[in-house]
Formats: sequence, C-alpha cells, structure tokens
Amino acid sequence: MIRDITIGQYYPAESVLHRLDPRTKILCTLLYIISLFLFQEWTGYLIATVFLCTAILLSKVPVTFIFRGVKAIMVLLVITVVFNLFLIPGEPVVRIWKLTITDQGIRTAVFTAFRLIYLIFGSSLMTLTTTPNQLTDGLERLLGPLRVFRVPVSELAMMMSIALRFIPILLEETDKIMKAQTARGADFESGNMIKKAKSLVPLLVPLFVSAFRRAADLAMAMEARCYRGGSGRTKMKPLAYGRRDAFAYLITVAYLLLLIGVMRFTK
Amino acid sequence: MGIIRAKEVGYSYKRLNDQGEVESVRQALNNITLDVAAGDFIAILGHNGSGKSTLAKHFNAILAPNEGTLWVDGKDSRQPENVWDIRRTAGMVFQNPDNQIISGVVEEDVGFGPENMGVPTEEIWRRVEESLRAVGMYKFRRHSPNKLSGGQKQRVAIAGVVAMRPKCIVLDEPTAMLDPTGRKEVLKTVGVLNKKEGMTIILITHYMEEVVSADKVFVMDQGEVVMEGTPREIFSQVERLKSYRLDVPQVTLLAYELRKQGIPLPEGVLTNEELVEALCRVRAAGEKQFTENGESV
Ligand SMILES: Nc1ncnc2c1ncn2[C@@H]1O[C@H](COP(=O)(O)OP(=O)(O)O)[C@@H](O)[C@H]1O
Ligand SMILES: [Mg+2]
Repeated sequence: MIRDITIGQYYPAESVLHRLDPRTKILCTLLYIISLFLFQEWTGYLIATVFLCTAILLSKVPVTFIFRGVKAIMVLLVITVVFNLFLIPGEPVVRIWKLTITDQGIRTAVFTAFRLIYLIFGSSLMTLTTTPNQLTDGLERLLGPLRVFRVPVSELAMMMSIALRFIPILLEETDKIMKAQTARGADFESGNMIKKAKSLVPLLVPLFVSAFRRAADLAMAMEARCYRGGSGRTKMKPLAYGRRDAFAYLITVAYLLLLIGVMRFTK
Repeated sequence: MGIIRAKEVGYSYKRLNDQGEVESVRQALNNITLDVAAGDFIAILGHNGSGKSTLAKHFNAILAPNEGTLWVDGKDSRQPENVWDIRRTAGMVFQNPDNQIISGVVEEDVGFGPENMGVPTEEIWRRVEESLRAVGMYKFRRHSPNKLSGGQKQRVAIAGVVAMRPKCIVLDEPTAMLDPTGRKEVLKTVGVLNKKEGMTIILITHYMEEVVSADKVFVMDQGEVVMEGTPREIFSQVERLKSYRLDVPQVTLLAYELRKQGIPLPEGVLTNEELVEALCRVRAAGEKQFTENGESV
C-alpha cells in the first residue's frame, strides 16, 4: 500500500500536457479542483468527466498509474462514504438495525466519493506530467511576489523539490525496514490502535536516523556543487509561456464557464 | 607546481557540548604533505577511519585545515573568498549515489551545478549533453534516478560534476555500495575522463584492484600519509601493507607467496597477464636448465 502514493512520481512521456508550462498546469488544476465543488448534479459530473478524460487521453499516462493515487486514499474514501451514507437525513431507503440509509445519503455519498476520486485523478495527472523540479519552478514563480514580505521563496521551492525526490526513496526504505522487522517477528498488523502505534516505534527510529543521515549527506553534496541559496542561480529550464499555454487556459476557463452556465440553467 | 598541494595539513574534529565548550577532540589528519600533478590518476588507499574522507573534503574546501595549508590550483582553501573557485576546480563524487542526486530527472540533476554557478541557459544544455555523453548516460537523460542501477546513478553523479568543467574530480569510495558490474562501469568512466579529457582524478577506495592502473598511490593510516609511489612500488611491499590492515590484489599476493617459496618471480606483479608471462619465463628457464643438466649426466 505504502508504495502506491503517486504524488511526486513523474511519468516520462512526450505529450502536450508534459510540454505545458508548470504554471499553467498548477493554475488549471486549481481551477479544475474548484470546479468540482460547484455542482451537485449529474450534468455537472458529465462535463467534468469529459474534461478529465480528455486531459488523461492527452497526457499519454497509462490509466493504471492514475488509479494508483486512489488506492492511497482508499481508507479516507471508505470513511467518507460510510459517514455520508448513514448520517445524512432524508427519505429512508434501507433500515439496518438502528441505522438508516436515506436517498439523500446515497446521493451525497456517491457524489462525495466521485468528487474525491476526481480530485485525486486531477492532481495525480498534474504531478505525473510535471517533473518535481518543474513543479517547484512553477510554484516558485507563482509565489514570487511573496518575496516582498521576505518569504524565502527560492529556498522553500528547493526544499520542496528535495522532499519530492526523497519521498519514494524513504517509502522504499520504510518497506525494507518493515520487511526486515517482520522477518524477525515484529507484528505491524494485529492488535488495537495503541498496540499498532507502539509497533511503529521500531520502524520510525531507524527511518529517522537514516533520513537525517541522508539530509546531512545531501546538504554536503549540494554545497560541493556550489549551491549557495537562490540568488545568483540561472535556470536550465526557464519558464516561458507559449501558445499552447494560452490555449490550455482558454479551454479550462471555457470548461468552468460552461459548468457554471449549465448549473444556472438547470436550477 | 601541482593542481593540489598540501603542506603539513592537520585537521581535528571537535565535539562541542551543550554549553558550546569543546568536549573531545579527534585528530583525523596529521601532518599531511602531498602534491598532485595535473592530469594524473591518483589513488588513495587506507582502511576505515584512516582519514580518507576527511582529506577528500579538504580537496573540495568542504573542510579547511586547522594546521598547515592546502592549495587547490594555487588557491589557499582557508580563504573564504576562494571556496567557490575551489569547488568549481575540484568536483566531488560521494559514496552513496542516492544521497547526492538532487533532482528527480537525470538531466536536471546534471544541470544543477552549472545552474548554481550562474551559467547561461544555452550553455547549461550544451554542458549537460556533453557530460551525459562522456559518461554514456545520454539516453537516460529523461529518466528518474530512482529507476537506475547503482552504477548508472554514480555515473550520473559523475556527469553532474563534469558539467561544472572542473580540472580535477575527487571520488570518495564511489564504488563501495555497488555490485561488481557497477564498479566496472564507474571505473571505466573515470578512466576515460582521465585519458580522453585529461582530467585529474583522485580516487579513494579500499578495493586494491581499482588502484592498479593509477599513476600514483598514497596509502593513509591514522590520519597520515604513510606510503607514496607507483602501484608497483606500493604493492611490492606486501608485509608493510598488511601492517596497515590493507590487502594486496590477489595476483600480487599469489606472486608474493610463490616468491617466498623460492620461485624467481619479479616483485610487485600487478595483473594476471604479467604473472602468466613471468611464470612462462620461469618455466622456459627451468626446462633449459634441465636439458643442460641432462646433457652433463
Ligand atoms: N563528523 C565527524 N565528527 C567527528 N569525528 C569524525 C567525523 N567524521 C570522521 N570522524 C573521525 O575521523 C576519523 C577519520 O574518518 P574518515 O575521514 O571518515 O575516514 P575514512 O574515510 O578513511 O574511513 C575517524 O576516526 C572518524 O571517527
Ligand atoms: Mg570514508
């Protein structure tokens, strides 16, 4: 399960989406996420589905990769569905013991589940088509104005890109340590919450030790390669908007307007 | 005058307690004097804790000597204004390939050094392509480093240093975490950089086989340089190397043991071919002697 988190995993391919400016992708994803909260109707989902599917097709990322992201939030998804199913008041449909499932509950549960899944699909698609470095470059530029308030934007961006690079490595390491401990009789699966939490201690200690060692090594390697903060650096891949970015903004805004229009119309 | 010169360099790690007072001192380098000629392939040998990494960090101005002076390309490493010039002159490759690759894409990682140096964009791309080709990793330029083998990762790390156009590359046990194939890959790459690009190479290792083709070998023990010479000179002193807890290459050891048994082999045999040749000569001489003796009987 732990390896299924796709955030921060780049899928290399040659596609329009890959070539888009990261700023475009970040802002359009943001607009898309906002759009998911604008509607409660089937028509809205239809439009969002068309938009999402087109994006996925254009990206040339295999669908299995995009689904992996959902696996990681499965628990959250189940909890949300269950709560919505039983706790929303409305016309009762099924009665099990003291619990009632209402028609409104089913509706909300399904919509919320889809909303979450669509949210993950959209953001996974962004991280899958954007290298971590491009992603942070994009954020760095978008947040650039905050420098006025003495926010160290470049340094924060660097921290983020390093975090993204090391997430898969640390996850792999967690997996390895877990297997090693399981082989020696450690039990991470059974017992109540407290017991489970306790069993994580022998996992976290070596993980932290190794993370700190890596951090120290990496800092030294960066210094050895002349890193001295954000100032005075040039960019290998400087960001520049192209025509396709204008096009992407246009389509996303059109999608948003269409959605709002349809919502108005159906009400 | 060589590209790296050390004169009576000493360095000690100080451990501070909570009040900022010195709690303990560990002398890691002691009275090191050496001179590395530009274009040479240098190997530094020594068992664990002998101070190899500490010395390597001095070559790159990550550490500055407590005593004595160290010059890289004529620049004193204790002067703060020289630090960045020195890091650009002497690039450094570390042991753990995972902990020195900064970016999630190979080509972006190779571009990291030039970016820090303020190289213009076009030029960065030229350098990245050149260096990836030099280490034979160009076709992996769009890959994630996480998916590469250890040897490939280490070659990417080398490319990252090469892209900074250093005069000298210091490699601190670059093969220690690799399998035999990865080790060969890395050594071959380093050899090519030395021969073709004329780059000065300082290879720190404890695999003796990797040292054989070096121009010069330094042996370290307890923070001091205790031996210095060509591989042949160094490996002919088997007993002395053993006293520093170092092994010699297997062929050398075999030749040494045979010599001890009275077989007239030359000292400091370094390769299989040399040993075979020497043994053939011994046999030819033996047969000749035998026939001569036979006639006289
Ligand atoms: N950061 C450090 N703090 C304190 N002592 C250190 C540190 N790094 C190395 N040492 C000590 O310095 C000595 C030399 O270490 P090092 O240069 O890493 O040797 P080598 O690379 O040959 O194994 C060792 O005795 C080691 O314990
Ligand atoms: Mg070391």
